[in-house]
Amino acid sequence: MGCGARPRNFEVKRAGYDNFPEVCMSTTTLPDDPLLRERFSELKPPLAPQAAVIEADRCLYCFDAPCTGACPTHIDVPGFIKRIASGNLRGSALRILDANILGGSCSRSCPVEVLCEGACVMHRLNREPIQIALLQRHAMDAFLAAGEELLTAPRASHSVRVACIGGGPASLACAAELCRNGARATVIERRALPGGLNTYGVAEYKLSAADSLREVEMIRRMGVEFRFGAGVETAADLEALESEFDYIFLGVGLGAMERLNIPGEEMDGVMNALELIAAYKTRHIRQLTGTVVVVGAGNTAIDAANAARRLGAETVYLLYRRGESDIPAFDFEYEHAKQEGVQFLWRRQPTAIRSDAHGGLLLDTIQVRELDSTILPIPDSQFTIACHLVVPAIGQSPFMQLMRELRKIEVNDGRIVANRATGQTRNPRYFTGGDCANGGREVVDAVADGKRAALAMLKIAEAAYA
Amino acid sequence: MPDIRVHGFAGRINAPNPFWLASAPPTNCGEQIMRAFDAGWGGAVWKTIGEPVVNVASRYSAADWNSQRIMGFNNIELISDRSVETNLRELAQVKKRYPYHAVIASLMVASNREAWHEIVARAEDAGADGLELNFGCPHGMSERGMGSAVGQVPEYAEMITAWVKEKARTPVLVKLTPNITDIRTVARAGKRGGADGLAAINTISSITGIDLDTLVPRPNVDGKTSHGGYCGPAVKPIALNMVQQVMSDSESALPLSGMGGIATWRDAAEFILLGCGTVQVCTAVMHHGYRIVEDMAEGLDNWMRSKGFRTIEDFRGLSLPNVTEWKHLNLNYKIVARIDEKKCIGCDLCHIACWDGAHQCIHLDRVSGPIDGHVELHSTPAAIEARSRAAIAFTPVTRKERDAAQSLQSTPLARIPRVDETECVGCNLCSLVCPVDECITMVRVDAGLAPETWDDRTRGMDCAPEPQRS
Repeated sequence: MGCGARPRNFEVKRAGYDNFPEVCMSTTTLPDDPLLRERFSELKPPLAPQAAVIEADRCLYCFDAPCTGACPTHIDVPGFIKRIASGNLRGSALRILDANILGGSCSRSCPVEVLCEGACVMHRLNREPIQIALLQRHAMDAFLAAGEELLTAPRASHSVRVACIGGGPASLACAAELCRNGARATVIERRALPGGLNTYGVAEYKLSAADSLREVEMIRRMGVEFRFGAGVETAADLEALESEFDYIFLGVGLGAMERLNIPGEEMDGVMNALELIAAYKTRHIRQLTGTVVVVGAGNTAIDAANAARRLGAETVYLLYRRGESDIPAFDFEYEHAKQEGVQFLWRRQPTAIRSDAHGGLLLDTIQVRELDSTILPIPDSQFTIACHLVVPAIGQSPFMQLMRELRKIEVNDGRIVANRATGQTRNPRYFTGGDCANGGREVVDAVADGKRAALAMLKIAEAAYA
Repeated sequence: MPDIRVHGFAGRINAPNPFWLASAPPTNCGEQIMRAFDAGWGGAVWKTIGEPVVNVASRYSAADWNSQRIMGFNNIELISDRSVETNLRELAQVKKRYPYHAVIASLMVASNREAWHEIVARAEDAGADGLELNFGCPHGMSERGMGSAVGQVPEYAEMITAWVKEKARTPVLVKLTPNITDIRTVARAGKRGGADGLAAINTISSITGIDLDTLVPRPNVDGKTSHGGYCGPAVKPIALNMVQQVMSDSESALPLSGMGGIATWRDAAEFILLGCGTVQVCTAVMHHGYRIVEDMAEGLDNWMRSKGFRTIEDFRGLSLPNVTEWKHLNLNYKIVARIDEKKCIGCDLCHIACWDGAHQCIHLDRVSGPIDGHVELHSTPAAIEARSRAAIAFTPVTRKERDAAQSLQSTPLARIPRVDETECVGCNLCSLVCPVDECITMVRVDAGLAPETWDDRTRGMDCAPEPQRS
């Protein structure tokens, strides 16, 4: 499916990758793609078994360990690491899953430098932190490869029924926690595949879509039900859900990415970062050539820019309206992008997109400066970049449409307002978690939110039953 | 410059240094021993010479610890499987080419006078500088009435030593087995039998572990094992204790060649400080080769320089007076743990060790809890962990959040434990578990009391206080 200058074969320009008749309604693994595997080979290869034991033996086994405290899901890190050291791999995986049902994908996608590994006391001994992520992956890979199943509590006749809207990490964690405790949970996902950004949005060299689906399969076997291709878009949809379920968990994530609001944005050859990532992860784009310009400098922008490089684009520019020290991406992501060959254009903004005579694009840009946190264009600083693909990646705007449907639920600054500890919204039957509640953080934050909401629902239901 | 040459037994056994290879696989043949002398070893005790044996495969097993290989080592190999003639012919060649190194013949034959007389004569004729009587081997040979079967019965040990001394012209060392209730009983027997010196300790009877798949203990010989002899770093503390026991007992004490887990110059210095004149090494060489002697010799030399010792005799036995019976220890010596807050990394291992394994006086509630107070006033480990687990943590995604997380690069005060010195018993546990050098030190506090031992306190009493009548 090689593309020329532009991804012409990417027929349905927006949201087209949602149409998956052949894999609909299942967690069937995506077909293996050797080219994709080669181009997006893993950034961090797994530990060999002996290396894992040696690394595990380095762990000091801190009391009330800072790594555990830093993890949003509070995985018992020393506990699972000591189980690796002793050769109790199954026990290690169960210890991880006890706190974080998506321990496998978190081990690959978490920014551990600012979480568990950043908190490791080894830093203060002038030593490398324990490689917690790789150890966690070691235990989880063994568990998932062995096809191990998780035990769930038997369902009581009065067990609570919960709909989890959205098939991403928050909903999956919420549903799994409910099932584990004997409740019934149904995940409702509008796309063809479950996993949310784990499947569609995390850079393939960190977490492959196939690995995400393997993890969801484990959750499905716990007894979580899935409904795919099922959007919740009208008041009638909500009423139907309310009559079928006791509680509804909103794990809808953030909606479409913001527009650039410049002329030419609707042209072929403009594709936002999440679309680009989803398209290559689902095998809809396998090749890019020429020049690609990514607009924005967050972690998603970096993922998209790196992906463009690995898909074959000769030149990838990343345009950012502020300077290098203001970059919102994690430091290690920025360093990684430089290694991938991404070129950064600081204090520059796009002003228009035009087509050239040969089917390519012309991106007009202008130099800007910041004055009292206002971005001001610098006169006579325009220049035009000839390119083949423009990728806006400037933050994700909230999924406002659904919010409007849920009239009784307060939304503030793009986030659903909820109790931080329970995820309960102002409407007591509705709970929420993940990006739509926290404004956009990491997979592990979504898991923590989902788990807390599930435990809160169980507690309320138990009190009501008693 | 320190002189580490040894002149043992009134100058009858001399060597360029006190580092000798123990009677074991590293001294199997002349070719090995000559390479060892070239590498820097001062002496070698030949792999035990006697009627040749047949060995099994496999022969060795190890106890590993924390990803480190061979914390302890175990063997079921017997004495030399080469003929007496071959061994002694090579011994003569070695002695001819290395006249200034010590070559000791380790001997083991059946328990009759003629057999011992014959082997002693042959070994000395070949040029051995001394004889080491193997009364220690705990496996195989003992089933045939030799090795530790002799070393566990003081009368036998005395009798055979006496037979050997009837014939021997060179110094005779009795090698002691640790597989006995009191090692001094055999040391005394050897001394009564006329031994010139002792060697201790031989290996400790052991089963190192069991293969959890096959359920066969190691080493596996076609599905079975037999108890072996344990050695290596794990046994050093046991060996040091036995060396001290022998050297502190006037009826036992003789020139002693010490061994048991020696791998570095530090180990060697410790054995010498307890009275050994030479030290013997095996496991460390089997693990790393003869080359380890380089650092042993240099390290000992440097340490002697720094302490002002010129010869081995200058410090031999200096630590012996510092070992005494418990009843002579000062009951009024008070120390407490002090934590250096600048060095503390916040692992809090001292807290959990003190609470679960000691005396509940290292607390983590310095920010919120009472300064001093009874244990019930403080947060338990379980309560502390429960609070952490209930806290809401999140990934710092904005610059501001990340900067706040960065500021935790130094240990937060709440994670630096506090010692309640009024409750601290000075047991050392926290300083032993602390992974940071010199972070927790044990500091002497003046108890305001004159030294007093248990012996002092109970002197004049007939015995321990009488039991209460009910």
